[in-house]
Amino acid sequence: MNLVMTPADWMALLGHFLSLSLLAVGGAIALAPDMHRYLVDERQWLTDPEFASSIALAQAAPGPNVLFIALLGWNVGLNTGGYGAALLGMLLAMTGVLVPSATLTYAASRWAHRNRTRRSVRAFKLAMAPIVVALLLATAWLLSAGMLGRPRAWLSWSVTLLCMLIVWRTRIHLLWLLGAGALLGALGWI
Amino acid sequence: MSAPPPSEMAEGAPARPASLSDLYWSLSWLALQGFGGVLAVVQRELVEKKRWLTQEEFIEDWAVAQILPGPNVVNLSLMIGGRHFGWRGALVALAGILSIPTLIVLLLAVAFAGVADEPAARGALRGLAAVATGLIAATGLKLLPALRMNAMGRGACLLLGVLTFGAIALLRLPLIVVLFGLGLPACAWAWYRLGRP
Repeated sequence: MNLVMTPADWMALLGHFLSLSLLAVGGAIALAPDMHRYLVDERQWLTDPEFASSIALAQAAPGPNVLFIALLGWNVGLNTGGYGAALLGMLLAMTGVLVPSATLTYAASRWAHRNRTRRSVRAFKLAMAPIVVALLLATAWLLSAGMLGRPRAWLSWSVTLLCMLIVWRTRIHLLWLLGAGALLGALGWI
Repeated sequence: MSAPPPSEMAEGAPARPASLSDLYWSLSWLALQGFGGVLAVVQRELVEKKRWLTQEEFIEDWAVAQILPGPNVVNLSLMIGGRHFGWRGALVALAGILSIPTLIVLLLAVAFAGVADEPAARGALRGLAAVATGLIAATGLKLLPALRMNAMGRGACLLLGVLTFGAIALLRLPLIVVLFGLGLPACAWAWYRLGRP
C-alpha cells in the first residue's frame, strides 16, 4: 500500500490515540475495535490483514499486549515509506496511548489505594466490570468477522472456538496453542 | 513529586526492589515471560519470587490497575515503581516493562515483512490470528464468574454486557459513546445499590 501522510495526518494519528488513551479501561485491547474503525474503515491507513496481523504478532511475542499499538503505528508508517516513518508512527502511537493513562495512573493509584473502601470507588469498580467483559467478547467477535471472505473461513473460526474453549477450561501454556495455530496456518490448513 | 515516606510504602511486603536497575531488569524479565497472559506471570514473579507485594496487596493493586485506563500490567508496574522510587521509579518501571519487548516485537515484524509474501508465512499469521482471537474471547469468558458477586445484580450485569456487546460488535459505535452512554448509568446504579442496607 502506498500512502501519503501529511504532518496534519501524523498529528491526527497522535491526537486520536491521545483521545483514546483514557478510555482504555480493561486494557489496551479494549481499544482495538475503535482503532479498527478509525485506522481501517475511516482513514484507510491500514488494511484489514495488516490490522489483524499486528494484533496476532503482538500476541505471539512476549510482553504486554499493548505492543499491538506499537505495531499499528509501525505499520501505518511503513505504508508511507521506510523504517524512519515506521519508527515515527510507532513513537506517536505509543506516546499517544500511554502518556495520558500513565500520568493518570501515577496520580490516581495512590489516591485510590488510600480510598479503596469509599462508595464511589467501589461503585466505579462494580459498574465497569460487566462492560469490560463484554468489550473483550466484542473484540473477539470483530476479529472473527475480519476473517469473513477468506477461503475456508469456517476452519479459522473452528480454531478460534476451540482455542477459546481450551484456554477457558484448561491451564495449558498459551505458547503451545500459538505454535499449533502458526503451524496449521503455515501448512495451509487454515 | 518525590518518593512517598516509608510509612506509605508496601505495608507488609517482606522485600522491595533494591535499586532502579533491579526494578528495570526484574520487570524486563517478567515481561519476557508473558506470552498472551501476563497476570499469572506477574503474580508468580512479584509475589511468590520477589516478594515485593503480599498476596493481598497484589489483589488490591491489580484491581486498581484494571480500573484505571491503560494497559493493566503497565499500570501495575508504574504503581510499584512509583511506590518505591517516586516518579523516577514509575518511569524506570515503564521502560522495564516495555523497552525490550518492543524491540522484540519490531524485530518480529521486520522479519515477518521479509517473508510476508510467502504463502507459508501468510498462513502462519492467519493461524496465529485465529488462535489470538480465541485467547481474547477466553479472557472474557474467564472473567464472567467474577460478575456473579457483582452488587449491581445479575440482571443488570447481563443487560449491561449485552448492550455493550451489541453497541460495539454489531452497531460498531465508537468506544467513547459506549463507555459514557452505558458507563455513567451503570456507575449511578452501582452507587445506588451499594447504599442499600
